[in-house]
Amino acid sequence: MIEVKNVSKWYSSFRVLDNCSLAIAKGEVVVICGPSGSGKSTLIKCINGLEPFTQGSIAVDGISVGDRSTNLPKLRARIGMVFQNFELFPHMTARQNIMLAQQKVLNRDNAAADRKAQELLDRIGLADHAGKYPAQLSGGQQQRVAIARALAMDPIAMLFDEPTSALDPEMITEVLDVMVRLALDGMTMAVVTHEMGFARKVAHRVVFMDQGTIVEDAPKEEFFGTPRSERAQQFLSKILQH
Amino acid sequence: MFAGFDFDVLIKSLPFLWLGMQLTLQLTVLAVGGGLILGTVLAVIRLSPIKPLSMAVAAYVNFLRSMPLILVIFWFYTLIPRVTGTSVSSFYSVLIAFIMFEAAYYSEIIRAGISSVRRGQISAALALGLTPPQAMRYVVLPQAVRNMIPVLLTQSIIMLQDTSLVYVVGLRDFLTSAEIVAGRDNRPIELYLTVALVFLVVCFSASRLVNLMRRRYSL
Repeated sequence: MIEVKNVSKWYSSFRVLDNCSLAIAKGEVVVICGPSGSGKSTLIKCINGLEPFTQGSIAVDGISVGDRSTNLPKLRARIGMVFQNFELFPHMTARQNIMLAQQKVLNRDNAAADRKAQELLDRIGLADHAGKYPAQLSGGQQQRVAIARALAMDPIAMLFDEPTSALDPEMITEVLDVMVRLALDGMTMAVVTHEMGFARKVAHRVVFMDQGTIVEDAPKEEFFGTPRSERAQQFLSKILQH
Repeated sequence: MFAGFDFDVLIKSLPFLWLGMQLTLQLTVLAVGGGLILGTVLAVIRLSPIKPLSMAVAAYVNFLRSMPLILVIFWFYTLIPRVTGTSVSSFYSVLIAFIMFEAAYYSEIIRAGISSVRRGQISAALALGLTPPQAMRYVVLPQAVRNMIPVLLTQSIIMLQDTSLVYVVGLRDFLTSAEIVAGRDNRPIELYLTVALVFLVVCFSASRLVNLMRRRYSL
């Protein structure tokens, strides 16, 4: 489904991504972790073309992302993305946030978009908050709406860029719950996160990145059992200490 | 001081003053509207990655902003007939001058407003499959406008006050009309106090109206 081949990216002379390769099959959940500045967020933003890359190739459902002739908006509409800072549109209610792209990109009529929005708000437990603006919602609620907004496009895959790192601890669970359900429903997911509990529960594979390279790409059991690289071991011992 | 205040003069010249007020309001509304449209276009071009275009707009904006408005009015008054070969009424020549001049200022305000919208908002819009123009139209501009409203209002009020400059091409705006009456009837105090009061009321109600709209549309 998602195929990243030998991707490198430079900011002038600084190499952010160094020859990264990663394949995510349909229905697979892959967790990407690593210290800050390791390039995880950059890599995941390359997948839907939000970040251009210098070398290599990325294909989603067989369509090349880096190709100039690719209709990027059309491709992005099929890939959901959730951001660290939610990025809900502050001038729209929760419902309007979920309806906007359905109407402007998929050309769904008002009734169909509204039905979909209501159904998704129901699913994330925020049916009563449809008319509220983002500023009136807690961080956890905002992030759940952001997930619903992405799901409204019926995506073939979902990308999560540190979806819980801007949240207070008590709100992390409600967001992770939604993501776990999504994973169990068989959604193809690439998740940049430090939530190892989430990785243990639903990930098929864990990818560890450091200094722009993919150091380790292993099935979950193997990664948490005996990571091969020393850097991954150090990282794990640091974040699992408490 | 007000013992000899002659309300009669005011009442009798009211129709005449109202004519001037109509011109002032007409010019203000059209110039603000046209300036906003042209200013938005200029701001978007200025922010576009196409270097020659954005540099041309930057040059236009910096040039016009360093000119006194009255000079711009003179220019268009003498320039347009020469360029187009047809005579244009004073009204349209000053209207075009105002729009071109205001657009330079508005474009800077709008540019700052657009830049004030977080980069992540654009990413989120694009990630949903919106095209860049759609992201601008539905996500960035509505937020930018909210940030810009106070400054836009100030600039528009200055515009209202600046319409009094049209006397240089022989048009009679509100202030000019009042001046004519004041000179004719030798009643400057009555007229100029009234003018001040009217400007105060118009500006105050405009700012109240904008505040009301902001709350109504939760901008």
